[in-house]
Amino acid sequence: MAPTPCFNCKEARAVIIRPKNRHKLCRACFINIFETEVHETITGANLFFRGERVAIGASGGKDSTVLAAVLKTLNERYDYGLDLCLLSIDEGIRGYRDDSLETVKRNAVQYEMPLKILGYSELYGWTMDQVVQQVGKKGNCTYCGVFRRQALDRGAGRLGIQHVVTGHNADDVAETVMMNLLRGDLPRLSRGTSIVTASDASDIKRSKPLKYAYEKEIVLYAHHRQLDYFTTECIYSPEAFRGSARTLIKDLEKIRPSSILDIVKSGEDMAALVPTGVSGSGKQMAGAAEDESAGGCGSGNGRTSGGEMAAMEKQLTENDAAESRETEIKISNGGRAIRGPTGKAVKAQTLKHCERCNYISSQRICKACTLLDGLNRNRPKTAIEVSVGMEDEEASSTLMRQMERAQLSAT
Amino acid sequence: MTESSNASQGEFPIPITVEFTGGLELLFGNERKHKVVLPARLEDGNRPNISYLLKYLVENLMKDQRKDMFIMEDNVRPGILVLINDADWELEGEETYELQQGDTIVFVSTLHGG
Repeated sequence: MAPTPCFNCKEARAVIIRPKNRHKLCRACFINIFETEVHETITGANLFFRGERVAIGASGGKDSTVLAAVLKTLNERYDYGLDLCLLSIDEGIRGYRDDSLETVKRNAVQYEMPLKILGYSELYGWTMDQVVQQVGKKGNCTYCGVFRRQALDRGAGRLGIQHVVTGHNADDVAETVMMNLLRGDLPRLSRGTSIVTASDASDIKRSKPLKYAYEKEIVLYAHHRQLDYFTTECIYSPEAFRGSARTLIKDLEKIRPSSILDIVKSGEDMAALVPTGVSGSGKQMAGAAEDESAGGCGSGNGRTSGGEMAAMEKQLTENDAAESRETEIKISNGGRAIRGPTGKAVKAQTLKHCERCNYISSQRICKACTLLDGLNRNRPKTAIEVSVGMEDEEASSTLMRQMERAQLSAT
Repeated sequence: MTESSNASQGEFPIPITVEFTGGLELLFGNERKHKVVLPARLEDGNRPNISYLLKYLVENLMKDQRKDMFIMEDNVRPGILVLINDADWELEGEETYELQQGDTIVFVSTLHGG
């Protein structure tokens, strides 16, 4: 077959067909266009401000590695003036995280960014290996997911950084839209599509600059720039990546590649229709901040972007029209009922701080602390004292100290 | 396979490089790069194409029992990218592409975690 020339430069050999428009591009044009589109996403949503310190949630996998590489490139090319660093969470799974953390360490050198690795053991007093020893392989993903959700925020907090970016891509968002559609969770569907999640209650803002980037293009970008990334399956959840929503997305992409961005677009449009008062209160949502959807992991690293920082998020990027239909969830002490469009009362959620660790929670005790309670209760010969009522800023480190003590006395 | 008849036809076997990345290497003995030599002609007289290569890989190279992690309905599982000499296989005719000496075929999974 004769080589196809690049759609863009008309000269070099095309090596890529873009999923979203079927354009055939050469290597150089593809890399350039991919970066330019991420730049447009960033500027279009006013994601950053000059001088901002930004932590990149880095797992050593393809998405976060591409995110780090692209942000470094764009920060230099367009002079964003960002102070970038890498933030990695070590779940404490020997043989799984060890290798990917080595990748992150290499990335830190390659991209000249400082790196902070924060362990579950340090944060919670338990590694995932120890959790699995205690609870078995079944259900351990719940623990991992709940812990991970808080971990990035806490890590950023420790670094004094108020903005965490994650590598969630268009496929992830489409998957979240489908999952929430399938389970009839319109509120969470709405939240999962927003590019920025931030809250009055938390200092930490989260965003996903690769929200419109196809997973396929992320992988190809990594391939053609020969980025150093690591892939493996979590040893405790080897089948996790075969999630049905994921398979559905990939099957649809095969038939009609634009499906993925179309689903993202549909999700955004549906989000704009979510009636007042519902957007923040998910159906049977146990805890917004520590929302655990579908086993936490999906394919590797917190794939299910749906519920993160969910109910307290304030959508920054939407236009005025949508804003008038939106509800901001305010931190308050009393609950209030809001009537949905059907006249059916929708229970609104009130967010407060966990009494133990001060993390955002819809419950008195956040989900991570509840899970820790269960774990610690069953840890033999461990006396845990928890001082309920610590509401000051130090409360979270108090939890950590308690957990450290717990670990010391257990070993 | 049919090397003697190939030789008599004056055709040489086709050496190629096959690479598995993005997590797929786990299905192939945790080896990324494999050297494979394909016959110049198949028993039906055709030259080996990607379809044949897939079957060959599953039968000869795949260590993992979970064949459906790589192949579905006799084709590559959706979510796995195929690059023929670094170009998307869709640009080269997908499974009908006939392999040439020295080709590099890369299989990249997008299904694993990032």
